[in-house]
Amino acid sequence: MPTMPAILATTTWTSLDVWIVAIGAISGVACALPGVFLLLRRMSMMGDAISHAVLPGLALAFLLTNTRDPYVMLTGAAIVGVLTAVFTQWIHSAGRVDEGASMGVVFTVLFALGLILIVQAANHVDLDPGCVLYGDIEAGPLETLRFAGLALPRSVWINGGVLVINAAIIFALYKEFRISTFDPTLSTTLGINATFMRYLLMTLVAITTVAAFETVGSILVIAMLIVPAATARMWSDRLGNTLLVAAAVAALSAPIGHWLALEGPAWFGYPGVDTKTAGGIAIALGGLFALSVVFAPRHGVVSKALHRLRLSVRVAREDLLGLLHRLGELGRPAENAMVNRLMRATQVGPITLGLAMRSLRREGLVTGRGRVQLSQRGAEAARDIVRSHRLWETYLEQHLALPADHLHHAAELLEHVTSPEMREGLERETGQPELDPHGKPIPRSPD
Amino acid sequence: MRFARLAPALIAIGCVVATAAADATGPRSITDVRVQLPSLDQVIRVLSLRDYNTAVVVIGVTCLGIASGLIGSFMLLRKRALLGDALSHATLPGVGIAFLVMTAFGAEGKWLPGLLIGGAISGGLGVLGILAITKLTRLTEDAALGIVLSVFFGIGVAVLGVVQKVGGNAAGLESFIYGKTASMLFSDAATIAIAGGAIAMICIALIKELTLLCFDSAFAASQGWPTLLLDTLLMVFVVGVTIIGLQAVGLILMIALLIIPAAAARFWTERLTVMLIGAAVIGGVSGAIGAAISALAPRLPAGAIIVLVAGAAFLFSMICGPTRGVIARAWRLIRLQRRIGRQHLLRAMYELSEEAGANAASFTTEQIHGQRYWAHGELRAAIRAARRAGEIDMADDSRLRLSPRGREAAWRVTRNHRLWELFMVTHADIAPSHVDRDADAVEHVLDPAMVRELEAALSEQYPDLRFPPKLDAGIA
Repeated sequence: MPTMPAILATTTWTSLDVWIVAIGAISGVACALPGVFLLLRRMSMMGDAISHAVLPGLALAFLLTNTRDPYVMLTGAAIVGVLTAVFTQWIHSAGRVDEGASMGVVFTVLFALGLILIVQAANHVDLDPGCVLYGDIEAGPLETLRFAGLALPRSVWINGGVLVINAAIIFALYKEFRISTFDPTLSTTLGINATFMRYLLMTLVAITTVAAFETVGSILVIAMLIVPAATARMWSDRLGNTLLVAAAVAALSAPIGHWLALEGPAWFGYPGVDTKTAGGIAIALGGLFALSVVFAPRHGVVSKALHRLRLSVRVAREDLLGLLHRLGELGRPAENAMVNRLMRATQVGPITLGLAMRSLRREGLVTGRGRVQLSQRGAEAARDIVRSHRLWETYLEQHLALPADHLHHAAELLEHVTSPEMREGLERETGQPELDPHGKPIPRSPD
Repeated sequence: MRFARLAPALIAIGCVVATAAADATGPRSITDVRVQLPSLDQVIRVLSLRDYNTAVVVIGVTCLGIASGLIGSFMLLRKRALLGDALSHATLPGVGIAFLVMTAFGAEGKWLPGLLIGGAISGGLGVLGILAITKLTRLTEDAALGIVLSVFFGIGVAVLGVVQKVGGNAAGLESFIYGKTASMLFSDAATIAIAGGAIAMICIALIKELTLLCFDSAFAASQGWPTLLLDTLLMVFVVGVTIIGLQAVGLILMIALLIIPAAAARFWTERLTVMLIGAAVIGGVSGAIGAAISALAPRLPAGAIIVLVAGAAFLFSMICGPTRGVIARAWRLIRLQRRIGRQHLLRAMYELSEEAGANAASFTTEQIHGQRYWAHGELRAAIRAARRAGEIDMADDSRLRLSPRGREAAWRVTRNHRLWELFMVTHADIAPSHVDRDADAVEHVLDPAMVRELEAALSEQYPDLRFPPKLDAGIA
């Protein structure tokens, strides 16, 4: 994964590019923090709804005050953002409409309202729908604002301010956010007002959305809200870590995204063409998410598949040992081909079987080519497996009174999860019989 | 009352519709909120579809409203209302890439079928992405929708960025987002009408299968219906309608048409066929009205007007819908509470007569008030209702008594109460001191069939279930 210095080394970035990346990273982190809670509350689409619905808030704030003062705009948008959540909740509860549908009704209507208001004021307002949808991160560094003696780009001030607000509120109310997110009922009984926390989150989302609007546009705000959080969910089960990972993913996506926007078109036969950084950031986020879905530890697709494979290899190993033991009981030589055929007949795939055989040979439990033989240690392990199996059959017959033809299948599953202590317990419970219910000898421990 | 809180929203929407209808010609200040109505002649021209352009737009949008109302109903019942949202955003990269590919091969970049195919492919990929995320990870469907929607749109933004830089005659691709309703061509309207008609036909042909899929997909699967195929078919319809609608009316309007008419129709009925017809009508009519309004006020974006008209239809349905509307449900609740109050009054009077023996048959309100807990004003309302129903009358200035009909009703509700108490004690092992509260709630909902079942359940232990004694006229 290219890191920022690596990208800086391979490209000729000016200070303009660095500022673009900084703005993207700051607004990304500001979005990612409330986004984690949206995702955990299963309200991801609320980000979509709010980011569309704040449009009339922006328009009304302008029409009423006639300024483009960021505080006024933020306030107007935040009010409408919270109203979106309130209306959605009303329609959902008073009209018993599916939550997704009520969201859809509210935000499309509010967006339409906003469009009309903007068109009404189009002669005067510097707010065009294109800018709202796509944003204009490239123009971000051009407009500077002097504040506290520092002349930084205006969007750095705005998004930075929102980032500080979000981080401060989430840090200060961390416990309240956590409890009300995971268990609203518990939070109410503990005296934390779950409804207030819900609307506080909606307010944060609304403010964040509006701040990020100018830089990345209304749709990509959703990417910044949801995708870092979803990516972090693949890596972590703890809320604190999820927030940190989400912030890191959001920050990382800005340099990668800008680099993609500059270099990407050339890969597809458009040399010398660059494209929108906002789109690049969304692609970078999507890429990081896809990588995480595939490679994340524990929750990733590869890791889950490996885990399943390891489990099935272990089961196949134990089944192989049991098979060799039983063949030994019958006095039949264990020809390689026959062993394979018998194992395949129990639905073991060729890869699993090969891996199981290899690992048994490597550990020296099984020897011999062409004809498989159990080593001393292999014979002991095989005896334990068969012993577990037949003790279970005896136990199931004695204690659960299962019919004789139902014993084998259950014991076949249980033998793989039986520890030595459980085996001892089974011996005690069954009274150490010589034969299992099918009349087969239960092999004894050597001691 | 709950719906009263929605009044401000109604007023706000009303105001905006009124403002929207204002024809803004000539320079005007943004604080100028005068509503300038179009002349009668203009209105007549638009309503009679005498304008060729208006006729095309109105017909096209109406057909689109009908088709998306039908599909939207199934999506709503399948709890996938927002899928259309994700899907329509996901078409953007396909449109852009199709343009670039066609330009690269020297063809006309804006060849519509090519753009539509590109959009349909990337929309389909988006649906696959949603399915993959929900199947492969522990993320929920809303997250999958959000991820696919935003990342695909991001790709689209990047591709359109390239399109702009490369040049070529790219203007107009934007209409995939905003739509160009007002400049709809005859061919657009015809495409919409044909595709909408085909989709409506297939929906009607498959109505049984789709109904089963929406209401109980697990049962449908267990009965051997190809649920995956049917689901896929629904998705294909959504992609189809969205693709056709997008370039005609734009993204937001398309999402709105897929969700709002269906959600509005749901308030009017519990029957799917009625809901489908209702959604189609609401979709079609809002499309027609919206298109007509925007023809009268050409400065306003037609798509937005149609959304607002549909939104107003939704609000009206939500408040006034006869089966699930807010007023209807509030009215049913009030009626139920009134009946409960009346029955409480009757039982209180019955129990007073029982205690007092044969010599008292009329009681003061104070006596009745002391018989049980009454919420504020509940007793007065109950007395009024019972008098209107002829169940009680005034014995003299201050005393109430049961009429013959009231005696019968009082006996029945008391008996139901006691049957239930008995049932709770004998069959649910609940202490006799705890059963009164339960019986108090249940006595109102016991219908004759349930009473017969209770009698059967209790008849073994209590052979004589004719208690309590009827109040005979002699007592009164």
